[in-house]
Amino acid sequence: MHLSSQMVMAQMMLGLNNGAFYAILSLGLAVIFGQLNIINFAHGALYMLGAFVALLGYTKLGPLLGMPGFHMNYWAALIVAPLVVGLLGVLIERTMLKHLYKVDNLYGLLLTFGIALILQGVFTNYFNVSGTSYNGMPEILRGAVDLGFMMFPTYRLWSIVISLVVCFATWFVIERTKLGSYLRAGTENPSMVQAFGVNVPLMITLTYGFGVGLAAFAGVVAAPIYSVSPIMGEEMIITVFAVVVIGGMGSIMGSIITGLSLGMLEGLTKVIYPPAANTVIFFMMILVLLIKPAGLFGKDQ
Amino acid sequence: MNRTLWVVLFFLGLAAPFVAYPVFVMQLLCFALFASAFNLMIGYTGLLSFGHAAFFGGAAYVTGYLVKNAGLTPEVGVLVGTLAAGLMGLIFGILTIRRQGIYFAMITLALAQVVFFIALKSPFTGGEDGLQDVPRGMLFGLINLGHTYHIAGRPLELNLYYFVFGIFCAGFWLLYRTINSPFGQVLKAIRENEPRAISLGYKVERVKLLAFVLSAALTGTAGATKSLVFQLASLTDVSWHMSGDVILMTLLGGMGTVLGPVAGAFTVITLHSKLSSIGSWVTVVIGVIFVVCVLTFRRGFIGELARLLKRSL
Repeated sequence: MHLSSQMVMAQMMLGLNNGAFYAILSLGLAVIFGQLNIINFAHGALYMLGAFVALLGYTKLGPLLGMPGFHMNYWAALIVAPLVVGLLGVLIERTMLKHLYKVDNLYGLLLTFGIALILQGVFTNYFNVSGTSYNGMPEILRGAVDLGFMMFPTYRLWSIVISLVVCFATWFVIERTKLGSYLRAGTENPSMVQAFGVNVPLMITLTYGFGVGLAAFAGVVAAPIYSVSPIMGEEMIITVFAVVVIGGMGSIMGSIITGLSLGMLEGLTKVIYPPAANTVIFFMMILVLLIKPAGLFGKDQ
Repeated sequence: MNRTLWVVLFFLGLAAPFVAYPVFVMQLLCFALFASAFNLMIGYTGLLSFGHAAFFGGAAYVTGYLVKNAGLTPEVGVLVGTLAAGLMGLIFGILTIRRQGIYFAMITLALAQVVFFIALKSPFTGGEDGLQDVPRGMLFGLINLGHTYHIAGRPLELNLYYFVFGIFCAGFWLLYRTINSPFGQVLKAIRENEPRAISLGYKVERVKLLAFVLSAALTGTAGATKSLVFQLASLTDVSWHMSGDVILMTLLGGMGTVLGPVAGAFTVITLHSKLSSIGSWVTVVIGVIFVVCVLTFRRGFIGELARLLKRSL
């Protein structure tokens, strides 16, 4: 088979695009895990919800408000969807998750799995599983740009850039600011941080809200690329779990790097051996488990 | 547990096809065995596997394919399906057993997804259509499991029913013996306090691996039997929804109780069949039950009952 370097680069860029989503989602999982010691199975469903907020804001919100001409535009969706989903997250944490901190953390996984099923089930009832396309892409992001080695869709380039910005901003806040130092200290020893006068329960609630808000943000960014479908989260979450196992959940930067590189690996596989593209991340996970069971950036317990 | 209770349950099992729809009872038995085998992990070893559908569906495909295309008799088919699932369990186990808690859950889920993709793409599984028209065949080459009796105007697949009931009893008995053996005690010790079990000299990883393989193999038995009952092995059997369902069965009935998974399986299967008319709202109902169960009665109903009666069930 002839492999043109152009084809490889194109798939690598598309892979980097997917990888940016893996990075945001695994980052959110890691941040939530750090504070709540819970794996948020609903992460994929909340990513899906973010995409639906953008879609429904564009198509249904106007008629609902009695202004058929009104569309919530893409830029507004980038702010509104994370806020809506973040609020839902706060509600979930306050009413349900907070009762589970004293029991085995498997119950947190099971509870959020239940929430994922509820969300997915509700949307499956009203929307086609094969997806609805989002038409709210702003004019400025349409078309393609010349990257020198290839023409690349502007929107995809934008989605890579904005995702990276969000990832690194999160990294910066957690690793380099005062607020982040509270968070990191809370991971190590919550009761000590509480004793210093930090409102730890509030911090935990907001962390969950922020983590799922990130998922919703990824959902909005993904909406114009993939069709918006009730099952988009279920496909995503299992891959992201594998990403998290490969990277280990100890490090924010680790999550970002692992997410991006696995996305590119997936892209590369699409050129070299297409049938394996769906599973290459899982095989990578098996390989890592054999060589470094704690994950690439994880600490041995 | 009380001997009379077992005898009563056994006779109920023998009489069941005369009072209920036999295929439905057989489905209950297959899933009850599945959930009981799953319970050996979560209930007695404390490890949550999110990938048991791979063993259930994998065995269903192996048995279905070999019975249909290689002409295996049903008992050999089920045996081969069991062994195949046990082998898969060994591979999964070697990769996962060193990780605990949520990592174990995520890894088993991801590995099961690989099995799902293989089932989706392989030529021998029939892809989206599944493997259809699996023959029920002749037990030991002598007894026609497809035979239907007509008693009082009702069609009854009694041969197949008692074959399935026999498999269920054997599998359930094996699990019961395992749980109440010295090996079962070691498992519980690991669940309660792993470092102490290690310091007492138990080879914890080997014990857990053995439990995982046994759980996978018996899950395979259930899946293989299911493929003969429904004459079908399909993607549903290997999908992660199936793994979720078996978790719910065990959680709802009571993790770490002997009868809990059976009761849970009966509840969830009945629910699925009663609610089949409301389409994907079933998923919502299942999700709500998960949430309510985790928040309000984590012991499950048999577990709560056992606590009220102050005895183990």
